[in-house]
Amino acid sequence: MDFETHTYDVLVIGAGGAGLRAAIEASAAGVRVGLICKSLLGKAHTVMAEGGVAAALANVDDRDSWKVHFADTMRGGQYVNNWRMAELHAKESPDRVRELEAWGAVFDRTADGRILQRNFGGHRYPRLAHVGDRTGLELIRTLQDHGVHRGIDVHMEFTVVRLLTTGGRATGVVGYERERGRFKVFSASAVVLATGGAGRAYKITSNSWEGTGDGHSLAYHASAELMDMEFIQFHPTGMIWPPSVQGILVTEGVRGEGGILLNSEGRRFMFDSIPDNYRAQTADNEEEGWRYVQGDKNARRPPELLTRDHVARCIMNEVKAGRGSPRGGVFLDIAWIKKRLPNAEEHIRRKLPSMYHQFKELADIDITKEPMEIGPTTHYIMGGVRVDGDTQMSSVPGLFAAGECAAGINGANRLGGNSLSDLLVFGKRAGEYAAQFARQNKPAAIDQIDVKAAVDDAVKPFDNAQSGGENPYAVQTALQDKMQSLVGIVRTESEMQRALAELTSLKARAAKAAVTGHREYNPGWHTALDLRHLLTVSEAITRSAIERKESRGGHFREDFPDRVAEFGTFNIVTNKAPGGSMEVRRLPNPAMPPELKQIVEDQQK
Amino acid sequence: MSDAMSRKTNATPTKTGAASSRTSATFRIWRSADDGGGFREYPVSLVPGMVVLDAVHQIQATQAPDLAVRWNCKAGKCGSCSAEINGSPKLMCMTRLSTLPMDEPVTVEPMRAFPLIKDLVTDVSSNFRVKKTIAPFRPRPADAPDGTWRMRQADVDRVQEFRKCIECFLCQDVCHVLREHKMHDQFIGPRFLTYAAALEMHPLDSVDRVAALKDQHGIGYCNITRCCTKVCPEHITITENAIIPLKERVVDQFYDPVKKLLRVFRT
Repeated sequence: MDFETHTYDVLVIGAGGAGLRAAIEASAAGVRVGLICKSLLGKAHTVMAEGGVAAALANVDDRDSWKVHFADTMRGGQYVNNWRMAELHAKESPDRVRELEAWGAVFDRTADGRILQRNFGGHRYPRLAHVGDRTGLELIRTLQDHGVHRGIDVHMEFTVVRLLTTGGRATGVVGYERERGRFKVFSASAVVLATGGAGRAYKITSNSWEGTGDGHSLAYHASAELMDMEFIQFHPTGMIWPPSVQGILVTEGVRGEGGILLNSEGRRFMFDSIPDNYRAQTADNEEEGWRYVQGDKNARRPPELLTRDHVARCIMNEVKAGRGSPRGGVFLDIAWIKKRLPNAEEHIRRKLPSMYHQFKELADIDITKEPMEIGPTTHYIMGGVRVDGDTQMSSVPGLFAAGECAAGINGANRLGGNSLSDLLVFGKRAGEYAAQFARQNKPAAIDQIDVKAAVDDAVKPFDNAQSGGENPYAVQTALQDKMQSLVGIVRTESEMQRALAELTSLKARAAKAAVTGHREYNPGWHTALDLRHLLTVSEAITRSAIERKESRGGHFREDFPDRVAEFGTFNIVTNKAPGGSMEVRRLPNPAMPPELKQIVEDQQK
Repeated sequence: MSDAMSRKTNATPTKTGAASSRTSATFRIWRSADDGGGFREYPVSLVPGMVVLDAVHQIQATQAPDLAVRWNCKAGKCGSCSAEINGSPKLMCMTRLSTLPMDEPVTVEPMRAFPLIKDLVTDVSSNFRVKKTIAPFRPRPADAPDGTWRMRQADVDRVQEFRKCIECFLCQDVCHVLREHKMHDQFIGPRFLTYAAALEMHPLDSVDRVAALKDQHGIGYCNITRCCTKVCPEHITITENAIIPLKERVVDQFYDPVKKLLRVFRT
């Protein structure tokens, strides 16, 4: 079998913010760059990001600096972050945002004409550069429109099924193009994974069909290590009604603009449980909270703007205690600001246009008049490929990862707004170092036996059709149900052990997944192939979550509800053992240098 | 608890009642086949709040696993799931069944202005090629010593309207210059006139695209029938705010008699 083969110096898999930024940087370094998108260019999940991009520009509050941003990120991640990444991220994100403006992005403005910044959960000062509530669209479109003039080869609607290695080094990928179902081989000196998240492992998620953990799984099967896979972010505010929109995100920007959370008794319950490590920075009355969102520098932030992991758990507690909304969530109310602002309705429509639109069209709710009903939704995975903080290279030479599919920057919980800045900072770094690697290392030869094996494996679902087989959609739904109920927001040992047993049987079913029709644009086939990635990622999540016998950030164990200091000294790493089984180990995190430690201490006041 | 809350929770079921009083509906979906294809009917069981894309997914999962459809965000933000629903160009994810008559089959077909790939999926690659022909953004020198610029919100409002575009290409689908007259080689279409407007009206941009709009991009072919504006799911006022001002710039630069005379003298 001969396959169409493309050769690049740097091959980037994924064309969201991180992939585009990596491709632009590699191309600027003068190497040949190929960019693979699972969908059409500009449709990646980055487009969904709403609230903003976090960068200590200090345009709105001059007390902000990279040091405060660094300390906020570490505190939000509960100190299991890769501190080097948190440091680089805080230092470099302002330049990355300013660079977007030079490439044509049009952020909302301050009165004196600079980039406006808004409040967000866990950020001490207003820090999120934004465009209403469609910041992700602005970011991806700016990168896309800039990138297409940089000589990057874009391969749209192409899905990678296997990452190839020779002698332990990344050499390229095999995949299929969706339109005709033809297989192609990409050979490259360096490969950058920028494939985003894995939210599709859960039933209720804000992620699109693409979020099946492809990069996580491709890297794992190519012998790279995954880290922090137990840390999943359940965003506190997803839509819950009607059923067809369940899980769709409601931006944290609603709370940043003054939105409050209420239980069925009309009580603003977030005031009832403010964690000790945030008490000094959190308002203890409604008046002060309102002054904060209005920009009063002497006021402390309202408790609705505590970190996402905490807010999501508080919502779950209200529901459990029988104080939830009729459909099993709580109320998010922005309309109440009418009592405080003369032109509130217009203000809401201006600052939250797509939320207004989304609720109006999908739920018959006018958010300028009525509260929204919301509940937690699977939003983001903090875990990913373990990479070097400076270069973003994984433990596999020539294999890089950036953005959501890489681990480190976020620790146990990501702050809102730190994702878009992560994409830019580490996308750029991955592109830069991948280009450098490509210049220093000639491409290694691809093993044609591996290519053939990957292709044979990928067409199995068509062969399975002859013997009956399983409906891939049904297997995917079953997997999502199990992960949602057994490895969700609240976890226990016994349920997770059950999840492992379920995953074993789901794997057997997935191996029998059968599809009809031909290979041209066949979603049944795509679902069958994506299932394999989802199963790998689900197993890594479950095994890591079993290993972490404490509660921290996005990982909450009902059987170990407290944070345990000892567990703050290591990260959990999974990798494929020589026999093919999944290995779990604890990797001690390196000591933070004294100057960074000092910053963390100074900012605790 | 406020009055608004209790009202809302009571009111919602009746608002969606149009769809929820029925338990099933029929969808007529375009399916490709070796002989060219045709419409096929599928029964769908109804769920409150359902949108057309939900129905398509249900058919995929239970009856036609190889039914091709393009989608991503399912929240009206990515512009992937464009189709023609009962003859109207729309996003499948934002079209609620409660807005459609359920007592007759719902027809879902691919965008007709683009070559068909399979079922509901069309080849929209021409759009990506067209965009590349428009001169990219180039900013004026920075305003401040730190390399940054100053722009007032009032001066970026109109550009931000154009930048809301999610590139669903529904405007390209309905534009008769493209749809009926197939003038893809001579006319860039409403999406890219809006894109050009966003660049031209960008306070920092320093490139002049007016000559190109007239000569290469065929702005003159648009005879402002407003079809594009009517279908825009982002409610961008394409015709009035983007295309007409660009046409005015073309007239100003090339057809103003005084300027024309001045040009003659200059050359």
